[in-house]
Amino acid sequence: MSTRTMFQKIWDTREVRPARDGHPALLFIDLHLVHEVTSAQAFEGLRLAGRGVRRPDRTLATVDHNVPTRDRSAGIADQLSARQVAALERNAGEFGIPLFSLSSRRQGIVHVIGPELGLSQPGMTIVCGDSHTSTHGAFGALAFGIGTSEVEHVLATQTLPQARPRTMRITIDGDLGLGVTAKDLILGAIGQLGVDGGVGHAVEFAGSAIRALSMEGRMTVCNMTIEGGGRAGMIAPDDTTFEYIEGRPGAPKDYAAAVEGWRRLPSDDGALFDREEAVDATALAPQVTWGTNPGMVAPITGRVPDPEDFEEEGRRESTRRALEYMGLRGGEAVEDIAIDTVFLGSCTNARIEDLRAAAAIVEGRRVASTVRAMVVPGSMRVKARAEEEGLDEVFRRAGFEWRDAGCSMCLAMNDDILQPGERCASTSNRNFEGRQGKGGRTHLLSPPMAAAAAIAGHLVDVRSLDFDLDPA
Amino acid sequence: MEPFTVHSSRVAPLDRHDVDTDQILPKQFLKRIERSGFGEFLFWDWREDEGYHLHSERFRDAEILVTGRNFGCGSSREHAPWALQDHGYRAIIAVSFADIFRNNCTKIGILPIELPEHEVRALIDAAHAHGEATITIDLPEQVVHTHDGRRIEFLVDEAVKLRLLNGWDDISLTLDDEALIDRFEREREREGPSTSWLLND
Ligand code: SF4
Repeated sequence: MSTRTMFQKIWDTREVRPARDGHPALLFIDLHLVHEVTSAQAFEGLRLAGRGVRRPDRTLATVDHNVPTRDRSAGIADQLSARQVAALERNAGEFGIPLFSLSSRRQGIVHVIGPELGLSQPGMTIVCGDSHTSTHGAFGALAFGIGTSEVEHVLATQTLPQARPRTMRITIDGDLGLGVTAKDLILGAIGQLGVDGGVGHAVEFAGSAIRALSMEGRMTVCNMTIEGGGRAGMIAPDDTTFEYIEGRPGAPKDYAAAVEGWRRLPSDDGALFDREEAVDATALAPQVTWGTNPGMVAPITGRVPDPEDFEEEGRRESTRRALEYMGLRGGEAVEDIAIDTVFLGSCTNARIEDLRAAAAIVEGRRVASTVRAMVVPGSMRVKARAEEEGLDEVFRRAGFEWRDAGCSMCLAMNDDILQPGERCASTSNRNFEGRQGKGGRTHLLSPPMAAAAAIAGHLVDVRSLDFDLDPA
Repeated sequence: MEPFTVHSSRVAPLDRHDVDTDQILPKQFLKRIERSGFGEFLFWDWREDEGYHLHSERFRDAEILVTGRNFGCGSSREHAPWALQDHGYRAIIAVSFADIFRNNCTKIGILPIELPEHEVRALIDAAHAHGEATITIDLPEQVVHTHDGRRIEFLVDEAVKLRLLNGWDDISLTLDDEALIDRFEREREREGPSTSWLLND
């Protein structure tokens, strides 16, 4: 039998119908995650056409994008948000889909709850009306974001017509230095390959640096694949994966048999990818974005680039525009940039391990008087776990706000929003203009780096301070 | 959806790279649960900018948008193509598109066309120089006819072309194959994970 990539193996077993006569292949979808912002029009479409949801048992809904992260008992003050959440409640009820609404102890960001329940497993196809669905690829699944028309399609048929993407492997070898995390790894990779470097490709991450990552770290990497343009990000399942899923509520009953099957998933030796890239982890310093897309990134030890550094006029112009928006001068040392706000949250970096790593930096210190800092756990389960471990106290004592779960300031659809000109060190995934509030300025970085910035009051190399870098 | 065959219109130039869907339709407008009416919020945060001209008298009626690399990157929100369509755009010509955005466009009947950078540059310059001039997009022939009589060929996925030409609805097409889905579920579906136990959790 010919050698196949992991992507091909998953694709082959999920094809309901291969591509034919100008129609793309039809893929069966094993898990469909739903949230309030991209689903209302899809359910309405079903209703108008008199269709039902084919497989509510393979569908799970949560509220996350729009919800308040404090004073929940008061409900949702914003009328439009309240209406959107109510619409999902009504739709889930009408179509028989399980929903974690505002008061559920399992509520959380859609890409945090799937893995935490053990629903995201190797070999699956997973979709959601959300670009960061690539997160679930960390388990060796084929997971990708879709639009609302496609959400309706999956609800109605549990399948999706898909043109086969090309494949790409990014091999990341070397050991990450102390204080350098999965976040720095993926930011560095995007800086190297560009924000459209992965367009049209399903990306498999491989190499010793990837193998050494925890599941949380792998999810951070796959989560941000989309910021490099990749259609999906994936990592071969191994013992780290199997240990993570074992014992979770959604884990297969006959676990040994499941694991045996999953061991056959990784790409065969000699399998061919349409494209191969390599990134060296050894030389990597903690990374911080300085501009208005995730590829505009520099090591914390570096300087903000000068537009004149670039040869191509297009790059010069976009750099000029970004620096103007960010209120920065070319040539400025990254460490000199003072910040107003720290946001520790999002589906990229608000899992328990992220909170532990940040808490280890914060422990016994105080947030700078000029800084407003908040922790927004990725799910209510993460929040409960952190509280069991006393992390909430560590953050509170240092001056952080301790919130309920949701997307919050990652995209500022609730009232956690930056003011014009306000500068934020954020563990989220997008630094586009206005992402965290109109005129707000976002610097993406890792949880330990965000924690260090909160304490220093400016961007700072977590390695240069006398911080305890090993939370274990 | 409305079929797309041959279409002539003025051109609206947007001379930028990496325009993300947050710029096309900012998130404060994602709270609406309706499917229409997003056009008035298109490029909301840019409207005050000096140099922003897509809503000026000159370009307001254009039904073809021409822009740079990696258009539509970022969030998967279909609200962005809805807003473009609601504003009146029927086709978008770009150096390249982000995958999810391109896909979303074709699902609602907007034709995305990729052209080489120098052709896009020429179209943008021409739009600025002769704002009233029209170009024609011929999907059956896969050709763009420029205002000065040049022919530029473009590639389009065969399946996408068929759907756009006929205005087909994907769900109906798939349901024609429902027997195949039944059979997949009977014979090949993997066991679990089911979400049903969470219904009453
Ligand atoms: S946390 Fe941010 S990126 Fe993740 S799903 Fe929510 S809004 Fe999207």
